[in-house]
Amino acid sequence: MGKQSTVPFGPQHPVLPEPVHLDLVMEDEKILKAIPSIGFVHRGLESLIEKKDYQEMVYVVERTCGICSFMHGMGYCEAVEHIMNLEVPKRARFLRTIWCEMSRIHSHLLWLGLLADAFGFESLFYQAWRMREKILDCFEMTTGGRVIFSVNTIGGVLKDMEPDHIKAILGAIEWIEGELKVIRRTFLFDATVETRLKGVGVLSKEEAHDLGCVGPFGRASGLKVDTRKRGYAAYPEIDFEPVTSTVGDCFARCDVRINEVFQSIDIIRQAVAKLPEEKDLNVPVKPVDTPLGEYFMRVEQPRGEACYYVKGNGTKLLDRLRIRTPTFANIPGMLKTLEGADYADVPILILTIDPCISCTER
Amino acid sequence: MAKLMNFTGTILKNLFHKPVTTKYPAEPAVYPERSRGHIENDFDQCILCGLCMRNCPTGTIKVSKPEGYWKINRFDCIQCGYCTLKCPKKCLSIVPGYQTPGPEKKEEILTRPVTPPPEKPAAKEEKTAV
Amino acid sequence: MAEVICPENELITIEPEELLDHTMKMKKQGFRLSQACAAYVEKKYELSYSFAADDGSYLLKSLRIVIDPEVEVSSITEFYPYAFLYENEMKELFGVKIRMINLDYDNKLYRIRQETPLKVDRPKAPPKPAPKVPPKPAAPANSGEAPAQKGEG
Repeated sequence: MGKQSTVPFGPQHPVLPEPVHLDLVMEDEKILKAIPSIGFVHRGLESLIEKKDYQEMVYVVERTCGICSFMHGMGYCEAVEHIMNLEVPKRARFLRTIWCEMSRIHSHLLWLGLLADAFGFESLFYQAWRMREKILDCFEMTTGGRVIFSVNTIGGVLKDMEPDHIKAILGAIEWIEGELKVIRRTFLFDATVETRLKGVGVLSKEEAHDLGCVGPFGRASGLKVDTRKRGYAAYPEIDFEPVTSTVGDCFARCDVRINEVFQSIDIIRQAVAKLPEEKDLNVPVKPVDTPLGEYFMRVEQPRGEACYYVKGNGTKLLDRLRIRTPTFANIPGMLKTLEGADYADVPILILTIDPCISCTER
Repeated sequence: MAKLMNFTGTILKNLFHKPVTTKYPAEPAVYPERSRGHIENDFDQCILCGLCMRNCPTGTIKVSKPEGYWKINRFDCIQCGYCTLKCPKKCLSIVPGYQTPGPEKKEEILTRPVTPPPEKPAAKEEKTAV
Repeated sequence: MAEVICPENELITIEPEELLDHTMKMKKQGFRLSQACAAYVEKKYELSYSFAADDGSYLLKSLRIVIDPEVEVSSITEFYPYAFLYENEMKELFGVKIRMINLDYDNKLYRIRQETPLKVDRPKAPPKPAPKVPPKPAAPANSGEAPAQKGEG
């Protein structure tokens, strides 16, 4: 019976993209329990609804997170449009879908790079981020910004895509598809990567369901749930199936995310083929119309299902805005995988949920 | 052995490839035309209504009609473009080229000379008569 | 055309004493806790617990509890152990009294300077004025009627 000791992990650590603190109760290199401590980047964005009206809040909600910024803006706009009964034009819905899927590709490529960095393979890290640069160039060409787009508004979108923009996007994703097929061999079949990822942090299907896991983290354990099937934006017109795996370890989560990038490329191609020709991109909102009512909107972000609760009381200032991000729901699952793990596997296990702590704490 | 040699192809290709990064600032940076860098005001068209000041999320634009100025603090601007949407004369536009770093924050002020409103004694007499 | 499952969200209002009963029913039916939040409206707390179905029907059922600030609510961490994060947040930001949370941070989850910052009294919304009916444009044949209408409006 060895001696128990508590080791603090974080908030400053080279492997963490954002600050989170864990108290690891350990016995001889094996972890018994992990107690999380969040709150290092709490900015209190939800209390800004007292000062900024519901149209300016789009800009605040977009800046919750840098990686999933477009989907935050889109989820908030869809919730308010549902309360005010606005019908978004069809072309705007397809454009939103294309930008969403491009966000998903860039987020997964970012995660693949961070995972490679976590087990020390820096060359692979830069190969993944080199692919991501092409997507960021496409974003700057169509929306004006690499990370924060400011293209969502209540009632639709603000900017249109020209035919040569669409050609450039299709060229970029074809190049990414070719490069990813080469890199994927290293991620999935290399012997050194396999020993770090296979069999680490196994979560069975019942455990994942009991802990409330969402997104690729839950789908890798066998839960076949994808909130895109609920049919917001242009997803009703697109054919796709949720990507799942049955094994539930870190290797399966890596596999699921790589396959989701290929699926997103396919979805973008379907959306571009079905893009309708229309003149208007957004429904103008009259200044006297204000939201009255409440709605729960669920959106599939790259990390999982995000839930937006908007409550309006008939004035320009909202009553309540609540963003529940997927990392908030995946933290208990991460704590369960840490129990019984080796000390050297802790960075990889924290990264498998794709932590976005600035979203979690808002 | 096939399991260990997966990355060799990429290594050899990168050995003979030119660098992917651009040598900024030695080479100029290329921004696409829609890139959001900073706000430009076509001051001849501006009527100093103040709608941009009221709608700016950060409060970086300051306008005063009686004193005749339009100020912007470029370091506080978040390049959202909301002012360009709300301007009634469409004199504001967002153009590429971000604000370069500097040692202190300063504001950019555009002014125009202010003419005081003319006296109207004739109108006052009419009102008292009615 | 892909099949789309988009059922309407349900909202059920219950009393604070029935919370544990309903939560046990949700757990037996296999729902997962999607989110739990609080709102401070007209000097009362409105708690919302949302449960999502993962069996392919994509349902979202929400339980709504409206209570006074002094009323204590039981924690649901017995059935859903991962609810401790949501309940600690409700305690810290709003001051909702919840008892028996399995991992209680005792108001030190976010470690903010101001206590219960979101418990703010908002000014009540003024009642929306009735929409004004615009006067009908005077047609050339009925020029006699138009001035009379304008006088009434």
